[in-house]
Amino acid sequence: MGKILVFAEHSQGKIKRSSIELLQAAAKSGNTVVATVFGADAKSVVESAGQNGADEVYVIADASLDSYNPESFAANMVSVINAVQPTILLASASSTGKDLFPRVAARLGAGVASDCTSLEISGDTVKAVKPMYSGKCFATANFENTALKIVLMRANQLPVGTVDAKSAKVVEHSVEKPDLKTLIKEIVKGTSSKLDLTEANVIVAGGRGLKEAANFKLLDDLADVLGATVGASRAVVDAGWVDHGMQVGQTGKTVAPSLYIAVGVSGAIQHLAGMSGSKVIVAINNDPNAPIFQKATYGIVGDALEILPKLTQEFKTALQH
Amino acid sequence: MKIFVCIKQVPDTETKIKISADQNGIDTAGVKWVMNPYDEYAVEEAVKTRDANPGSQVWVLSVGPKARVVDSLRTALAMGADEAILVNGENLDNNMTAKALAEVIKAEGGTKVIFSGKLAIDDNASSVSQMLAEYLNVPHTTVVSKFSLEGENVNVERDIEGGAKEVVQMMAPAVVAANKGLNMPRYASLPGIMKAKKKVIKDIEFSSLNIPASEMKVKFTNFTLPADKPAVKMLAGDSAAQVSELVKLLRDEAKVL
Repeated sequence: MGKILVFAEHSQGKIKRSSIELLQAAAKSGNTVVATVFGADAKSVVESAGQNGADEVYVIADASLDSYNPESFAANMVSVINAVQPTILLASASSTGKDLFPRVAARLGAGVASDCTSLEISGDTVKAVKPMYSGKCFATANFENTALKIVLMRANQLPVGTVDAKSAKVVEHSVEKPDLKTLIKEIVKGTSSKLDLTEANVIVAGGRGLKEAANFKLLDDLADVLGATVGASRAVVDAGWVDHGMQVGQTGKTVAPSLYIAVGVSGAIQHLAGMSGSKVIVAINNDPNAPIFQKATYGIVGDALEILPKLTQEFKTALQH
Repeated sequence: MKIFVCIKQVPDTETKIKISADQNGIDTAGVKWVMNPYDEYAVEEAVKTRDANPGSQVWVLSVGPKARVVDSLRTALAMGADEAILVNGENLDNNMTAKALAEVIKAEGGTKVIFSGKLAIDDNASSVSQMLAEYLNVPHTTVVSKFSLEGENVNVERDIEGGAKEVVQMMAPAVVAANKGLNMPRYASLPGIMKAKKKVIKDIEFSSLNIPASEMKVKFTNFTLPADKPAVKMLAGDSAAQVSELVKLLRDEAKVL
């Protein structure tokens, strides 16, 4: 058995759920699990890493790693990998993970499979499956010519339960400070406090059936009740109703929530590609022949503007009980 | 100044995917090929940057099978690129592709800025831009929705999770991977298309770049289509009845509430 290194992401010392998924998957494989955590608050993640199966935690508690910089993160990641010598590295396919690990892989001559949705680890071998063509099909990633296999997993794809809690050994690892050619000058906070579409467990998405931009307010109300993130079809993004960061589909985000409620979305093939990995799909559309109904679990034919307020009220009542 | 743009040819987003008989890829019969949509933003930004910097040229590069990839290069030329280079190779992974692009850019004397799309909509890997930057030993920023070049500074905005943005300054040369929102890509004009037809596309055989087969790191196999979903359950009655039935089903049958 070898070592699995997990890049644990955290927000002000609180480990992200997506990283817990990875730690638990690594722990179940029987390999030695080593986590690594960056940033001034890194040490406060050690305990929860151990509770989720980490045997050791490499901590680089340096404020230069508080926010993501591709160059400093790559240098420090490579330094930890060289110290740990893992055969498998797991990280989230988050905006940081997807940006960082291809660069790390190139520096080390390693293979990287990005945005995977299923993972099986047996000894040193890894079977990772990922969506291709934004979910129109799936394929298995086979690693070749590489001592290190890097798998970036999409959030919410692996179970979180209980694993044997450990008191993880802390290894304080010294920080690398390469000469930086990249300067992060400012981080402008988003207007939404909601989870990103790619991490959301519930998504309500709107399309042209909402008739005008102002009616997205009805969708926001429903999302608030459900704790959902709001998505959109390409048509309404291109019309300028909402920001492109909200677009679900082949030229937007590929999502996989437990519940996807598509309101006034007709279901172009590109949109269906992006959301068909959702567990339960509800479609509300006034056209009974809309392609969205072919992918839906439950369908309602009707006027979105009439149905949305009623639905919001019904959920509000149901969730109170 | 040479401005490079790296593009990939992919199946059109309308394409219905069929799996090949050996399950190691997709059936390409009848597939319509287009420039990767995110690469259109990259080409547009390169052309705009060229126009704002007199004496500059846009060089568009692509790695893939010559017989078809040449069409996407012609599209980029018709959008305003000046020169095109095709690296003829098939069944290459991201790492080999990034190495090939880096070799070509080095051989052409380097640059201040290299544009690409943030990801290709076929393998959804979003990796070649970062790998290319590593092989050129230059900084990179991905998911970029704003760009400006001021002297030796490459200023960009990067879209991150939850609608947040990072304002980033890089020292040129740098790799910039475009997101939707960066610009509105122009359509190729008829004169542009006519002019592009006459241009000579330089081609290079991948085998001539001395990139060994051991640089292949990940191979994809066992392509499968998503499992069929059971037929939709359409709800009946007036909107109040439908809504109440839906919430009940989500709670008691689907158990997602």
